[in-house]
Amino acid sequence: MPPAASTIAPHTDAVFYFIYTVSLFFFTLIVLLMAYFVFRYRRRVEGERGPGRTTHHTALELTWTAVPLVLVVLMFYSGFRGFMNLMNPPAGALDIRVLGQKWLWSFTYPNGHVDTELHVPVDTPVRLTLESNDVIHSFFIPAFRIKRDAVPGRYNRIWFQATRPGEYLALCAEYCGTQHSDMLARVVVHEPGLYEKWLAEAADPFRTRSLAEVGQLLVAKRCGGCHSVDGSANIGPTFKGIYEHSVTLADGSTVVADDNYIRESILEPRAKIVRGYEPVMPTFKGQLKDREITAIIEYIKALSDEATKPRSDEGTEQ
Amino acid sequence: MKAVVSTFPRSHVAAAEAGAAGDNYLTHAHGIRSWLFTIDHKRIGVMYLVSILAAFLLGGIFAILVRTELLTPGPTIVSADNYNRFFTLHGAIMVFLVIIPGIPAALGNFVLPIMLGAKDLAFPRLNLFSYHLWVLGALLAVLAIVTGSVDTGWTFYVPYATTTGMGGVVPVLLGAFVLGFSSIFTGLNFIVTIHKLRPPGMTWFRLPLFLWALYATAVIQILATPVLGVTVLLLIVERVLGLGIFQPGLGGDPVLYQHFFWFYSHPAVYIMILPAMGIVSEIVSVFSRKHIFGYHFIAFSSIAIALFGFFVWGHHMFVSGQSNLVTTIFSLLTYSVSIPSAVKVFNWLATMHGGSISLRTPMLYTLAFIFIFGIGGLTGLFLGALAANVHLHDTYFVVAHFHYVMMGGTLIAMIAGIHYWWPKMTGRMYSERLGQLSFAAVFLGFNLTFFPQFIMGSHGMPRRYYNYPPQFEFLHQLSTVGSYLMTVGFVLIAVYLLHSLFAGRRAPANPWGGATLEWHCASPPPAHNFDEPPPAGDPYDFNDLEYDARIGGYVYGTRPVAADSEPT
Ligand code: HEC
Ligand SMILES: [Cu+2]
Ligand SMILES: [Cu+2]
Repeated sequence: MPPAASTIAPHTDAVFYFIYTVSLFFFTLIVLLMAYFVFRYRRRVEGERGPGRTTHHTALELTWTAVPLVLVVLMFYSGFRGFMNLMNPPAGALDIRVLGQKWLWSFTYPNGHVDTELHVPVDTPVRLTLESNDVIHSFFIPAFRIKRDAVPGRYNRIWFQATRPGEYLALCAEYCGTQHSDMLARVVVHEPGLYEKWLAEAADPFRTRSLAEVGQLLVAKRCGGCHSVDGSANIGPTFKGIYEHSVTLADGSTVVADDNYIRESILEPRAKIVRGYEPVMPTFKGQLKDREITAIIEYIKALSDEATKPRSDEGTEQ
Repeated sequence: MKAVVSTFPRSHVAAAEAGAAGDNYLTHAHGIRSWLFTIDHKRIGVMYLVSILAAFLLGGIFAILVRTELLTPGPTIVSADNYNRFFTLHGAIMVFLVIIPGIPAALGNFVLPIMLGAKDLAFPRLNLFSYHLWVLGALLAVLAIVTGSVDTGWTFYVPYATTTGMGGVVPVLLGAFVLGFSSIFTGLNFIVTIHKLRPPGMTWFRLPLFLWALYATAVIQILATPVLGVTVLLLIVERVLGLGIFQPGLGGDPVLYQHFFWFYSHPAVYIMILPAMGIVSEIVSVFSRKHIFGYHFIAFSSIAIALFGFFVWGHHMFVSGQSNLVTTIFSLLTYSVSIPSAVKVFNWLATMHGGSISLRTPMLYTLAFIFIFGIGGLTGLFLGALAANVHLHDTYFVVAHFHYVMMGGTLIAMIAGIHYWWPKMTGRMYSERLGQLSFAAVFLGFNLTFFPQFIMGSHGMPRRYYNYPPQFEFLHQLSTVGSYLMTVGFVLIAVYLLHSLFAGRRAPANPWGGATLEWHCASPPPAHNFDEPPPAGDPYDFNDLEYDARIGGYVYGTRPVAADSEPT
């Protein structure tokens, strides 16, 4: 089992190791008996007969029906207790909403802030409400021993209480397509008091940063899985050098990638599809605030400025 | 030889020995049409075997591609989308085309009527039809590969399966639908045959345990498979016509799909494993030369597994959001299936106790089955416990668990069965030495492939991952190396079995000393198995069988039957 960092984890591990011990005992018993019989009663001459004559023994057979029966009822019960604990969060837990979509987790905090990282205070019960807006995903934090499906059209809940400050990994455990295995999220457990500080800062990144810097952060978190900023093609086209350049669409027409086009691409990605790409971009309507969209546009613009500058330098050299 | 037969007046033995020299089911008719349109259960069984092994080759190639891709995190040999196609095709082919039909359709078809003492199945034409349906299903699967393939996983979870852009989804679903009918017809045929075609004296409790297992399997095939048919049809309707059944955007419920799917697919696990257990019961007894221990417990445990198996499907959905009450009930019921399985294992061991154990290839594979199935079954206990399931669900722990059960269990037992009945089917003996060598490669390769996956899974490595955290790289590499070793073992089996067809020693009627009726026929059996119904006795009474070194097989001896005959 991986390192344990939640209040549930030791219980789950106890269930695991209880079953492990019982299984190991029976497995060893089976293999030893098998090996012993194979050796003791090996056939030396073809056609030889062994000494045994018994064809059944009801008392013995009832014993090896009853003993496993008792053991599995114990196993059931231990697993059941842990599960009930997992399904019933204590009152007053911190509520965080988790949205799964191809191929990104996003977390909505009580103050409305949306982030791609899960930040929680240590030693505090946290209740997650999971939903999905495309296919089924499954939110899995191995260190906390929790997992729950994010199913479109319904809300699923799970809770945990982290016991050790530090960084952990959340994964997607339900197959969801091309980047299923990259649908990861960072989980940060804060020392007492630091969570509130982080949340206040994260909720208003504009206080300390320029628009383009905020845009850079947002693109890295929200768009980086599909769009590169270095000119290489990915699931989506690169952002480098597109600003105010013309783009060929799937239907053959061209448009200029100006502010309005980029805004539309973010809010209504299906409206115009770039030639050569699949229409797989999710909408960010309701997830990015106007100011954040502006920041992203500002960053894409900055990327284009960088892209054109070196070119003019080269021109003077030649 | 003549003296032996006359002192033990079983006329069919004489007929069988005569048949060996002359006409048998292989030489009875000639030409490709005499095979493709035969209604002889033996020929249909052989065709199934060949076709299923071809499908196994295809599924195996995809498995090796998947394992090779996983040698390193991130891209190794193929793109993420191709990787997703490969594991989907591997799973779908192995489950629907290989493991579900494997033992019943190939070995069961060949052996069931002979073991029973019948001339054929109850409905020979239906039997041929179900083979043709299998072929159609396989062609649809190939069609799916060429029409854009599938990337849904073999489970076709909605809404992924109704929204993915890949074009092979509908053909593959149609394939599953058609294969379902093939399976239902086979089950129907087996049930009617066992009820109606038993010769005089073949009472229910003289049925060999393999037949009890096939009977229990057939019950599941008939009751569960229609639900699969309905489910995939609904899925096709939803995908093609946009009717909202499972997709939430259209007003459906994706978890409902999972209920439907697992209502079939969990019992399907028992369609896979019960016949395997049946083979093991036969081989353990014959190669220990000792009466099977606890016949009744084993027979009833097959039926119990078949029944309990219907009430546990919800254990695939412990984290999907079904209600806590339902989840709890399913967890409890899941454990009920473990009891009859445990009973069988202990009974097999007790059968070996005091026997005379011969480690020929079929027995080696059978012991491998007990070892591997032991691990597969015991790891199921972890998954049944709710708290542990929450952590282990959808990780490599599950992947390892079901490979230990489905591949290490069903497939290894099928290999044991192929080696056991090979002399009967082909009339030839294979090289024992190479058989033992192949066992070593397959057994070691198997455990090397899948054991590390338990460790990865318990440490939180999710399944169906193209990319993975670097901490798992070493274990993934071990697993891949194991899969290569196993491949070597399979290739070796193919080589020596094919070789035996041309150069193998001619097989005697009863090379291993089995007491079930198929060993009373010549090897290979004549076209109509028996001229008159054979006398059915205790299928595990080896007392009258004597080894005859001149023919390298067992014959019914002259010792008085009553002397040490024993009650069952
Ligand atoms: C799931 C992958 C994915 C994510 C995540 C994603 N996009 Fe896209 N995006 C695409 C694809 C594919 C296209 C091209 C097809 C189309 O036009 O819809 C695209 C097109 C675009 C375009 C038009 C580009 C051009 O060259 O004309 C813009 C602008 C854009 N995305 C912005 C964003 C922003 C901003 C984000 C993050 C907030 C983002 N995308 C997140 C996949 C994605
Ligand atoms: Cu996923
Ligand atoms: Cu199941």
